[in-house]
Amino acid sequence: MESQARNDTLRLRAKLLRAIRFFFDQRGYTEVETPIRVPIPALELHIDAMPSGDHFLRTSPEFQLKQLIADGLHNLYQIGSCFRVGEKGDRHHPEFTMLEWYETPGDAESVMQTTRELLLYIATELQQTSKVSWQGQSIDLAAYESHTVSELFKQYAGWDPVERFDPNRFDEDLVNLVEPKLPKDRLVFVTHYPAPLAALAKLHEPKRKTAARWELYLGGIELANAYDELTDAGEQRQRLVDCADDRAELNKPAYEADPAFLAALERGMPQTGGIALGIDRLMMILADIAKIQAVRALAEE
Amino acid sequence: MYEASDLKKGLKIELDDEPYVISDFSFVKPGKGQAFYKCKIKNIFTGSVIDKTFRSVDKIGKPDLMEKDMTYSYEDGENYVFIDDKTYDQAEISAELLGINTNFLIEDMAVKVLFYNDRPIEITMPNFVEKTIAETEPGFKGDTSTNTYKPAKVDNGYEIMVPLFINIDDVIRIDTRDGKYADRVSKG
Repeated sequence: MESQARNDTLRLRAKLLRAIRFFFDQRGYTEVETPIRVPIPALELHIDAMPSGDHFLRTSPEFQLKQLIADGLHNLYQIGSCFRVGEKGDRHHPEFTMLEWYETPGDAESVMQTTRELLLYIATELQQTSKVSWQGQSIDLAAYESHTVSELFKQYAGWDPVERFDPNRFDEDLVNLVEPKLPKDRLVFVTHYPAPLAALAKLHEPKRKTAARWELYLGGIELANAYDELTDAGEQRQRLVDCADDRAELNKPAYEADPAFLAALERGMPQTGGIALGIDRLMMILADIAKIQAVRALAEE
Repeated sequence: MYEASDLKKGLKIELDDEPYVISDFSFVKPGKGQAFYKCKIKNIFTGSVIDKTFRSVDKIGKPDLMEKDMTYSYEDGENYVFIDDKTYDQAEISAELLGINTNFLIEDMAVKVLFYNDRPIEITMPNFVEKTIAETEPGFKGDTSTNTYKPAKVDNGYEIMVPLFINIDDVIRIDTRDGKYADRVSKG
């Protein structure tokens, strides 16, 4: 990429970070920095952490931020690098920048509302209009649609993963059949993930077949993942145990169920909605750039 | 065997006992889901391209490849013949497999020949070859800019775009990797 174009992109990125900070600071949020290098990485099925001496580089700040929330620091946000093994491509960089924020009191719906407001604010602040053009596709950041996973899979994949979850089919059908069909001209929220994919979100009572988890797609790109945060320590512990078993079955490196994180949930975490949003991918959309390497300074090819 | 995470554009793999090269590659991974490696792979012998998606648990065949130093000898109809200087073994490669390299081969040129299970499939040439310009429109004296290009032909008929200051009988260097003009060696 030409130096001039690259430098212009980095200047735009600085504006984006400033706008995000202004948005949250205005609302009384506290910006925090949790350790990048952690003793125990987040325990998730398909995410592997880079070792760093006898520690690991964080794959996400979630397990740390929730400890701060349990200790009384509410409405916080963090912008910083996360690192994942084996994730490299046009939309994946091994080190990438994540924005995470948590709203208390809050839930999946309140976070969705904040997200819409944030994106609209960013667009108007950076370019005076709610419409962006990305790779020939016009996107109106003021417009949005919401669909459940069940609805989308029944329509585009011919089966309902909420009725009967099939881990061997879900991801493949998601990327091959469902994602390509999502509208690309507006915010698209995919909601009500099947219970087995709840991750760290609460399950909807009383049926407990779906999770209060949603993801945001923009221009066909997966941009953010949000939860009504699971605050029940016992249920969270069980999920981590099950996850560890699943990882072992796939011969993946074993990680501990973070005791500091679980102890924080035991102390008590309030009703909270939280979200992780990919800053690099948001930059790609705002700068009309197809490859993640071009929105990061000194990126790996 | 290759791990799925080894896959990238240009990599040679083996599938069903046939050699393929990855001509297009895309890493796809939903945030909390498993990774997919979506490839277009081209059969090195037949040239046909198929779509193939690998999962992170997949292992992919590594073709048995061996490289030999050989010398270009002559062209025999559709095939180009290379000789091992020590053993006098011959290897024949079709014009199709050689691609643009057919324009740059000179008798006795030293190349590396890549064999797949004892079948030659590809050669690596020196990065640059020197060729003399046989045809081109005259350039303007003093126009030393390299931004504007004009068509030209070298002595074997190969067509190439060159800067305006290049004239007939100039010797130029061509980058064999992309077949494009590199620089001028001497004036005619």
